[in-house]
Amino acid sequence: MELSLFLVFGLVAVVSAVVVVVQRNPIYSALALIGTLFCVAGLFVLLRAEFVAAIQVIVYAGAIMVLFLFVIMLLDLRREEGRRFAPGRAQLVCGVAGAGVLLLLLVVLAGNATIAPARGSLTPETLSRLGNTQVIGALLFTDYLFPFEVTSVVLLVAIVGAIVLARRERG
Amino acid sequence: MLTAAGLAIMLAKILVVFGAMMLAVAYMTWLERKIIGDMQMRLGPMRVGPHGLLQPIADGIKLFFKEDIIPTNADRVLYVLAPTFSMVPALIAFAVVPFGDEVRLFGQVVPLRITDINVGILYVLAVASMGVYGIVLAGWSSNNKYSLLGALRSSAQMISYELSMGLSIIPVIMLASSLSLVDIVNAQARVWFLVPALPSFLVFFICAVAETNRAPFDLPEAETELVAGFHTEYSSMKFAMFFMAEYANMITASAIATTLFLGGWRGPLLPPVVWFLLKVFAVLFVFIWLRATLPRFRYDQLMRFGWKVLLPVALGAIALTAVGLVLLG
Repeated sequence: MELSLFLVFGLVAVVSAVVVVVQRNPIYSALALIGTLFCVAGLFVLLRAEFVAAIQVIVYAGAIMVLFLFVIMLLDLRREEGRRFAPGRAQLVCGVAGAGVLLLLLVVLAGNATIAPARGSLTPETLSRLGNTQVIGALLFTDYLFPFEVTSVVLLVAIVGAIVLARRERG
Repeated sequence: MLTAAGLAIMLAKILVVFGAMMLAVAYMTWLERKIIGDMQMRLGPMRVGPHGLLQPIADGIKLFFKEDIIPTNADRVLYVLAPTFSMVPALIAFAVVPFGDEVRLFGQVVPLRITDINVGILYVLAVASMGVYGIVLAGWSSNNKYSLLGALRSSAQMISYELSMGLSIIPVIMLASSLSLVDIVNAQARVWFLVPALPSFLVFFICAVAETNRAPFDLPEAETELVAGFHTEYSSMKFAMFFMAEYANMITASAIATTLFLGGWRGPLLPPVVWFLLKVFAVLFVFIWLRATLPRFRYDQLMRFGWKVLLPVALGAIALTAVGLVLLG
């Protein structure tokens, strides 16, 4: 049951990720990305991380992708559909180099890594006893407090930056 | 693990809830016309059946036989899928709402809820945030400027109010110290969360009205400026599905408000399910009452209200609840 669900979620996630890149219509690309994010949320549920799964759907599949769609619709990118994509020499070189590095990494990883990492203290049993939301909350406010708070400052800087940029354009 | 009997009970519950939901959606349209009629000193539907009781059935048959139009320049795939995208989230959000205590049926203990997941309330928020895609895609795929404007308004509105809605739920989670809707109802055995979290309830309800695109927040389909907004091009059953989704969303939102703030199915004397239905109906009545009473917001008023009034109130309520919890233990 768990394995078949994993295969379904994994397969759909990968296929829709490919569609995101291959699809010419930006709206369909965005929708495929939503599909990928959804399947990743499904994988989180299989890992007994229901909280992360719910947040993944609310934040990424919900809020952020709606904004993506919003922008795509406002720009009306449908004209892009007809354009042929002709990669230049530099793009070709970069693409081949990137693919090469990825392939190398995959070979190295597949060569000397076990797929399942060492078993930590958070087994499914302890998680269901403590509650995965409580575990994440405790970790965020103890061990990872500093990165957590720094992230919020970074986000604030980004928001202020966006406002400053938008203001300057008008004045 | 699931036994055969457990599976049968589960399926039966899903069917009953689904059927009740569909029936409630159909009769909400009748009820709304009747109540608004009363408020405006009219009779409302009277012709089909006694007091117009068969009106929803007549409307359903009419909608089935209307011509189904797909505009030539529409994006056919998304145009056909969009009504489903808005209908499905409206229905599946109800899966975690507990509508009664456990009952004994045919020698089995049957909890009166479809399921209880430990992040129940986040599940509801996640599903609710999916609902906007139906509207956005309908507006875009119709290839009509009124539809697109309606869709853009709707997405901006839903993102803005989703935030305050999420924040207004936090005091409830703090009081119940759980995300499961069953635990939240159980935590209200002594006093409804409406009492300690009144400001949050008000914020939650206002956001629920905005999220369901109901008057006075019905800008996505403002007929005086946008023809019919995102569903301008839709006809026949596809239009009906948007309509049903709106009412199903209203019912789900009322059920969530009941569960979070009004003690869920808890109440004296009457059976739990009756209490649950009574409370949901009371919230639904307020939805209809608002529509009959308030004029539509202007777009800038809507945004200013959402960001400059609701958001600070919701944040303040969280701080107050935290202080209260520490002081009173």
